[in-house]
Amino acid sequence: MSNSLEAIEVNKITLDGKLELECGQDIENIDLVYETYGTLNSDASNAILICHALSGNHHAAGIYQNEERPGWWDALIGPEKAINTNKFFVVCPNNIGGCHGSTGPSSINKQTGKSYGPDFPIITVADWVRCQSMLSDSLGIKVWHAVIGGSLGGMQALEWSCLFPKRIKKAGIIAAAPKLSAQNIAFNEVARQAIVNDPDFVSGRYLDVGKSPKQGLKLARMIGHITYLSEEAMRNKFGRELKEGKLKFGFDAEFEVESYLRYQGDVFSESFDANTYLLMTKILDYFDPADKFEGELDKAFKEIEAQLLVVSFSTDWRFSPERSKEIVNALIKAKKDVSYMEIDSPHGHDSFLFADKEYVNGLASFLEN
Amino acid sequence: MDALEVIKNWVKKDSEVLDLGCGKGEILKILSEELNTTSLGIEIDQENITLCIQSGLNVIQQNIDEGLSNFGDKSFDMVIMSQTIQVLKEPKKALLEVTRIGKECIVTIPNFGYWSTRVNLLISGKMPVTGSLPNAWHDTPNIHLCTIKDFELLCIECGINIIEKRFFDSSGIENSLTRLLPNLLGSTAMYKISK
Repeated sequence: MSNSLEAIEVNKITLDGKLELECGQDIENIDLVYETYGTLNSDASNAILICHALSGNHHAAGIYQNEERPGWWDALIGPEKAINTNKFFVVCPNNIGGCHGSTGPSSINKQTGKSYGPDFPIITVADWVRCQSMLSDSLGIKVWHAVIGGSLGGMQALEWSCLFPKRIKKAGIIAAAPKLSAQNIAFNEVARQAIVNDPDFVSGRYLDVGKSPKQGLKLARMIGHITYLSEEAMRNKFGRELKEGKLKFGFDAEFEVESYLRYQGDVFSESFDANTYLLMTKILDYFDPADKFEGELDKAFKEIEAQLLVVSFSTDWRFSPERSKEIVNALIKAKKDVSYMEIDSPHGHDSFLFADKEYVNGLASFLEN
Repeated sequence: MDALEVIKNWVKKDSEVLDLGCGKGEILKILSEELNTTSLGIEIDQENITLCIQSGLNVIQQNIDEGLSNFGDKSFDMVIMSQTIQVLKEPKKALLEVTRIGKECIVTIPNFGYWSTRVNLLISGKMPVTGSLPNAWHDTPNIHLCTIKDFELLCIECGINIIEKRFFDSSGIENSLTRLLPNLLGSTAMYKISK
């Protein structure tokens, strides 16, 4: 792709100090991998932090040398794109607990010499945000021009504006929710059960015995993937098309949608760590900033100083527009600077990854106004 | 004075203003700049929303016809609804809602009792198409047109207090004639109301 940044390099940093987690444990010597795009200006005022979602990582944009596939948000991050790297210095870390180079369940626990596996502490969105603030300190960024994310990434952007009101000027909260619904948690639980019931899960210690619960992870991903797409998107993409043009009266993958899901699940299970997946779903389930405020979201937003843009998508049923409106209405009640857009897009929850014109224009205007 | 001048007189400095159907945000931008208001716009058109965001305004995409229950009682000093009420499905409900949300409200309406509208209907026998109402009857967003008299009767019915009112001619200016015979010579009417 000619409009993608090229020869992207991955940076790795070991953070100074320890992170005190909400669960009560501490972690020291945290490694974080991250990528940057664009150039930091002399007063470090043009930096944008990108927060990734459940299965995301630090490779948000551009392409690596000798690779063709761009980062997961390349449609929106790059020269003259919605998040314009000619103007902004964009940073995207792989969060702690991840499995792409940052400290996580598959990292070696220096105390035992073995991988953490199931002993890795449960992380929360607030822990992530505090960890990202440590990265900000290391990079010399006192105030982010913006913190932006979609889905679980949007929850981090929202948490940033609550936890560090002086360190963030704008927050882009895209396709997010103020907390998970029972239905959302139910899907996560099915995914977790798929993983922990795989015989190769070995109580989470599969790495110690050279195994990986790929079947469970594949199934978890297939379930997740269905919730990322809309009924319309699936109908348009697959309909009831048969791979071989006729019914075979058996249980092999006959419909296109079956083989698509199986393929996606297989690819994912080769590249993702099962303990990280379990952890990520827990992080989602636990997110509820209103919990400490008797369930009143507007009170959780009291300290916010940032300008916020909330964006939802018409066909997103995982975190529907109604869920975004809960955030917006609480922000209105708390008398905060908020704008809201509901974008017509056929791609379901995944819509936040696509460069819809109104979405791009709205986000770019928000970042540059 | 034109309508904007009157709005600037009616809105207090440093107040909180909600503009329902804020369009490109022209009014809110002027109020923010000149009167230091805290402004929020409601708009349905995404191109307009983007223009508002470009101007640094806060704007919420929301269909007024689907309700305004997300706004608290008397949560804004001034709610503006300019040339919007006639496009809504339920103008009466909307009027009650704006007076619930705003300590005061400014409502602007096109006057269907304006002389040229009356003459247009009388002579042609067809639904009037005029400068301020330029669409054919079957293709107009203006589904609930009323006259100045109708609007004031509705306010009485709803227990809404008309604090001030102004009338403008077809070029948008107030003059002695619009003051003398507003329902005949006023093309547009603007009310400051509360409940």
